[in-house]
Amino acid sequence: MLTPLHYLVLSALVFCLGLYAVLTRRNGVAILMGIELMLNAANINLVAFNKYGAPGAMQGQIFALIVITLAACEAAVGLSLILAAYRSLETIYVDEINLMKW
Amino acid sequence: MPWYVELLRAIVGTILIFSGVAIIAAMFGVLLERKISGWIQSRLGPKHVGPQGLLQTIADTIKLLQKEHIVPRHADAMIFATAVLVVPLAALLDYVVIPFGVTRWGPLIFRDLNIGVLYFAATSSLVVVGILMAGWGSNNKYALLGGLRSASQMVSYEIPMGLALITIAMLAGSLSTVKIVDAQAHWWYVVEQPVTFLIFIIAATAEVNRVPFDLVEAESELVAGYFSEYTGMRFALFQLGEYGEMFAMAAMAVTLFLGGWRGPVLPPVLWFIIKLYALIFVFMWVRWTYPRFRIDQLLNFSWKILIPVALLNLVVTAFFVMVVHR
Amino acid sequence: MTGEVIAFYALAAVLLLSGVVVVASPNIVHSAVALIPAFLGVTGIYILLNAEFLAGVQVLIYAGAITVLILFVIMLTEGGTGLRLRQRNEQGPIGVVVAVLMAALLITGVMHTAWSRAAGALPAYTPGAIGQSFLGPNLLVFEGTSIVLLVSLVGAIIIARKEE
Repeated sequence: MLTPLHYLVLSALVFCLGLYAVLTRRNGVAILMGIELMLNAANINLVAFNKYGAPGAMQGQIFALIVITLAACEAAVGLSLILAAYRSLETIYVDEINLMKW
Repeated sequence: MPWYVELLRAIVGTILIFSGVAIIAAMFGVLLERKISGWIQSRLGPKHVGPQGLLQTIADTIKLLQKEHIVPRHADAMIFATAVLVVPLAALLDYVVIPFGVTRWGPLIFRDLNIGVLYFAATSSLVVVGILMAGWGSNNKYALLGGLRSASQMVSYEIPMGLALITIAMLAGSLSTVKIVDAQAHWWYVVEQPVTFLIFIIAATAEVNRVPFDLVEAESELVAGYFSEYTGMRFALFQLGEYGEMFAMAAMAVTLFLGGWRGPVLPPVLWFIIKLYALIFVFMWVRWTYPRFRIDQLLNFSWKILIPVALLNLVVTAFFVMVVHR
Repeated sequence: MTGEVIAFYALAAVLLLSGVVVVASPNIVHSAVALIPAFLGVTGIYILLNAEFLAGVQVLIYAGAITVLILFVIMLTEGGTGLRLRQRNEQGPIGVVVAVLMAALLITGVMHTAWSRAAGALPAYTPGAIGQSFLGPNLLVFEGTSIVLLVSLVGAIIIARKEE
């Protein structure tokens, strides 16, 4: 039998994979991929709680749908920022973008 | 049903869909294309192999099977090999939600999903990723350029296609393809919504990279676009994906606009096949009649003309559904 | 061993393995392409949780559009030439420790809570019901998200435009 525990443990593992990517990768696009993994993990949590916690309403699925939409917006804006940064600074590695560092 | 029976049904269905598409779409489709192109250009098509040239595609397939399998040097071997799987897979997945007819026990459909039309749009958008992978993995400037252009074209034309699908789903009141065919019992939707039909046909032609939108794979432009470096059986699989996708788009247009399997006297599956081949004939007729667009004209057409028209159509249809049909 | 449990473990394996490839591969194009089985694994999990509309939207938007966007940006920036450079920064060990600690914290917290299964039959999460919900109780969220979409669309075009 599948309990909510299965889904929550899975989503915790995927969230921590995304966290590792955000903390240790140098490439800006790889950091964004880690953020997308984290958002997916949160979505799995929301939908699992919808089915096992409050099956009458569908608030969890609505919330997850809004999170997917906002993740698409954020990926679009983030990737266009990376493109603009590449055009002027010739690099996408985030530890080389240190012009304003004291 | 227990899970192993469902798994068995899925495997049998996969084999049926794959062989059905491989024979009807790839083999007959390629042969039909060559014959129709010949008749439009005042010549006969292939006539030599088999009676009236009917076995030509089998001869072509045997020829392709014995060609050498080449992987370009410095090409990314894993992505090069995986791209071949993604494009035909996404094209074959389209056939799960198309109702081919109706039998005594219910509609002849692999799985009547209650999100049928959304599933069709989703699997059509998986083809784009396969094309990008094929373009990148070939380590070839023409292939990369063709892959990028083809991906931007397909992404741009997915939006009018999605808007046309939403308009029909709104009229029928459901996203399920079986219910959309049932809702066309009196009129076919092509009579009520000619503009939507036109938008869908134009977007479908652009989605499968056919003329007049085939800049990305025309021989005089980019060699063969994203599949330039593929030889032998892999080339055949890409062609299977392309022709399979064209037949899937035509089948969806028949389901949404031309009444699916509805018809007076003949059995339903025969009506479906007649309507499908009529639409395929129109696709091929357009191919050998019109010249091709440039890439910037193509993208302009989608974003500046087709999307506003589709949005206006959606709003007008919504107005009629709310005010007139209630 | 019902079919659901087998399907869950298969999908979880696909999701976690492709997640590891996304996170740890030195080749950025391999990472981006491995996002696709990860998103398809999440789609399967949504179907297990009776959220079919959400599964369709996930394939359409994540696997079909966001992956294409990421691949485009990789190919338009230095995806080809930067493949031989170092992809990991010097915070490697700290990152592993933080991620493992976070995972341990979350899993321990989750395992020591008594999740009571709420009673009630599952309603049909049909697209029609979701649409009614967006135009009914969730109207504000819907309109707000539309404005955010419009703003981010215009913003992304302006930021990424070439200076003429």
